[in-house]
Amino acid sequence: MDTAGPEEIRKHVKIYLTVFATLAILTVVTVLVSYLPVSTPVAIAIALIVASVKASLVGSYFMHLISERQAIYGILILSVACLILMLLIPVLTDIDMLISSDVS
Amino acid sequence: MSSELIPYIVKPRPDTGLTNGKLGMWLFLASEVMLFGGLFSAYVLLRVGADAGQWPIGSNVLSVPIGTINTLVLITSSVTMVMAWASLKMNNLARGRTYLAFTVILALTFMVIKIGWEYSPKLHHYTVWFTDGSSLDGHIEHKELMDDGTIHHIMFVPDAEGKEHPTARQIEGEQIKRLATFGPAHDTYLGIYWTLTGLHGLHVLGGVIAILWFIGPGVLLWRQDPEHYTHRVEFVGLYWHLVDLVWIFLFPVLYLL
Repeated sequence: MDTAGPEEIRKHVKIYLTVFATLAILTVVTVLVSYLPVSTPVAIAIALIVASVKASLVGSYFMHLISERQAIYGILILSVACLILMLLIPVLTDIDMLISSDVS
Repeated sequence: MSSELIPYIVKPRPDTGLTNGKLGMWLFLASEVMLFGGLFSAYVLLRVGADAGQWPIGSNVLSVPIGTINTLVLITSSVTMVMAWASLKMNNLARGRTYLAFTVILALTFMVIKIGWEYSPKLHHYTVWFTDGSSLDGHIEHKELMDDGTIHHIMFVPDAEGKEHPTARQIEGEQIKRLATFGPAHDTYLGIYWTLTGLHGLHVLGGVIAILWFIGPGVLLWRQDPEHYTHRVEFVGLYWHLVDLVWIFLFPVLYLL
């Protein structure tokens, strides 16, 4: 994207507007699926999947990750791996309680 | 030109293929991921550790319509931010500054909605926990204190529950075990809500200050080196998109789950 000329940028503007419309629709989807009569773990999984799709659209197109260099991917993969580990630690320490009784 | 004094400001480094500013901003964003990630994992810990039935349903405490509107406002601000950069790449400073201005307006709209319709009502909404173990949510019409500052009695209006204008009832001080607003001290759910959204709100305000710089005094750089100015706007945009990303996860986690 650093070396993209004005003509190429004009093509990208259409993509940005398409991504915007998709994000708006997915926001409504996020709210609607929250009313589905599913268990809490399934609700959490659905919410995180939809949020991740939205996040990857913002990251890929608005933050230009889809055309970015390897060095950036390396930084991101490392920090996301650490993030997932941090999020799993509280779950893993209480996993025996979570799988043996109802989760509120 | 500034880009001649410091290397790799507008031309990428041959080894990484990146300019200094882009690499620096992504490293900063990685640290921001860890900052909010730590708070998200605190949320997970608190929720997993809560007794069964004690963790509230988000939509009972927070307004989903207001959260949805704010999500759409922030997503739109991300679009205006990237359109600002695209305008500058097409050599149109005026349109770029206009889109930056729209971004600021949307960001401030987000904050006004948050503070006016979410934070402020919470600080005027109370829960009374009685000595007999029950509790009641509502608003305080009047509070009478004793000389030592403890509560003598309060005139309390319970939440409507579908009725119009329920009457205030007097609650004596000795009946009250605890009285708290829906602020961060109310319970752990609201504690993590206020922390996460408060820190996110501060990030929104920080972004507003940075963007205002590029609409205002920072324009001097465009006149000296337009490519350098455009790169800087792109980096501010990266920060802004991350602020949007954090909210994309915050909204379902706090409001819908």
